[in-house]
Amino acid sequence: MARADVHLPQPRSLGKTSRSDAWWSRPLVVFLGLGAFIVYGTWAAFQATNYFYLGGGADYLSPFYSPVLFDAAGHTSGHAWFGAAPSWWPGFLPAFSPAFLILWAPGGFRFTCYYYRGAYYKAFWGDPLSCAVGEPGFRGNNYRGERKLPLIFQNIHRYFLYFALAFLVILSYDAWRAMWFTTDGSGAPLPEGQKQFGVGVGTLVLLMNPILLGGYTLGCHSLRHIVAGRLNRFTGRPVRTAAYDCVSCLNRRHAVWAWMSLIWVAWADVYVRLASAGVINDIRIF
Amino acid sequence: MAQGLFRIWRGSGEDASFEDYKTEVSSGMVVLDAVHQIQAESAPDLACRWNCKAGKCGSCSAEVNGMPRLMCMTRLDDLDLDQPVIIEPLQSFPHMRDLVTDVSWNFETKKKIKPFTPRKPDAPDGTWRVKQRDVERVQEFRKCIECFLCQDVCHVLRDHHKHDEFYGPRHYVYTAALDMHPLDTEDRAADLRDNGGIGYCNITKCCTKVCPEHITITDNSIIPLKERVADKFYDPLTKLFPIFRPDKPKAE
Repeated sequence: MARADVHLPQPRSLGKTSRSDAWWSRPLVVFLGLGAFIVYGTWAAFQATNYFYLGGGADYLSPFYSPVLFDAAGHTSGHAWFGAAPSWWPGFLPAFSPAFLILWAPGGFRFTCYYYRGAYYKAFWGDPLSCAVGEPGFRGNNYRGERKLPLIFQNIHRYFLYFALAFLVILSYDAWRAMWFTTDGSGAPLPEGQKQFGVGVGTLVLLMNPILLGGYTLGCHSLRHIVAGRLNRFTGRPVRTAAYDCVSCLNRRHAVWAWMSLIWVAWADVYVRLASAGVINDIRIF
Repeated sequence: MAQGLFRIWRGSGEDASFEDYKTEVSSGMVVLDAVHQIQAESAPDLACRWNCKAGKCGSCSAEVNGMPRLMCMTRLDDLDLDQPVIIEPLQSFPHMRDLVTDVSWNFETKKKIKPFTPRKPDAPDGTWRVKQRDVERVQEFRKCIECFLCQDVCHVLRDHHKHDEFYGPRHYVYTAALDMHPLDTEDRAADLRDNGGIGYCNITKCCTKVCPEHITITDNSIIPLKERVADKFYDPLTKLFPIFRPDKPKAE
């Protein structure tokens, strides 16, 4: 493209920029935030214990383990769809954890999310480090972006969205179950098989989780496209147009929803884990 | 009156380097005012493009303190004048002299995009009837002033020099304005993937950050176009179920 007498400037070397602001701060915060979540999430997934809390008549389930397809060995959460720990789990793998079977779905949804992609490409791969800041020189003309393997798989984001929507329903049901206690407000057990509506601190924690996840999932760029973004004419399609407007509204703050839901889902696991381990007492509000 | 120190990229080719200029600054001045003052006082041969001084022509694009900006819309009051104000030419285009770059690549690239292809007119007089709701989305894209700041900050062009394979944010906005138009019949998905290199975009949103017209480039044009490409090439459901297909009107 260059004319004979003009040439493209040489790309700047790693970190080189004329920017005088703290351009490094946001990628650093993303690196620390996402890094901490990945480390904690991995640790929590391998624990295979303290993932539910039945104390005080409550019925709390950690969102890291929901839905429970099979319980972990030696545990009965009351949430397992298919019963006890699977006997077919290969012995050469780490001890079975219910989280292993399900975390790929929300993990894949976040990994392929348009917001997170932009954020972690900068924070983890320096591609680029930040806007108008020199990036590692080794890619040069070999840059492939999301055009070829492996990142071409980012295009399947919409399929992870379908799973994420199902998870939203499941986690909402978990929040519903967290509102029903086998004890009354004073802590006295109810007759066998009876439950009473109530709210504990854990109920609020588990209720906030699908609300924030809903704000994130229902503002997804792919969902926006699917509901009506692919259309060129909105008139005559009132339902799809209304859905498009709703998704667009949430989409404007997609990054904020992404972070709030990420932090809260980890906090919900921490809360259930600490309550289950007896480190904290869940307070029954009524 | 206070004095400001301006560090300006001067020269061309291998001989180019920063030179410092001092000039008086006052409240309300913009960077372009300071550059003009420097031209008048001490550097009459300083090359710089400008035209409207109102943020609408897109001519005075440059990098101020490392960020792509319109010089005419960058107020000195917003800059730290205790430090030198660094003014450089755009980094994604061939440098000509001082603050001037050759942006003709953009105009050549624009010609490659499939043009607007409307459906058959609605009325015998050759006109169409379109609802406001249907054109609202593309009206945002019409705000583009072609300053090419988005092209400048995009690392695919700036750092990887993919000019031959990548349209860049400006031209995705242009493509979106055509492709999402309610009258348009053209299918540009294959072109976007194969010639436009939309897969190179990794959604850094830098283009959106620098747009002086505040067009939501990434969320409203690039990502929806990526989704249209995914519809056509990466999603078998769109083949199976009509509800998942785009609703382009038929050509005449």
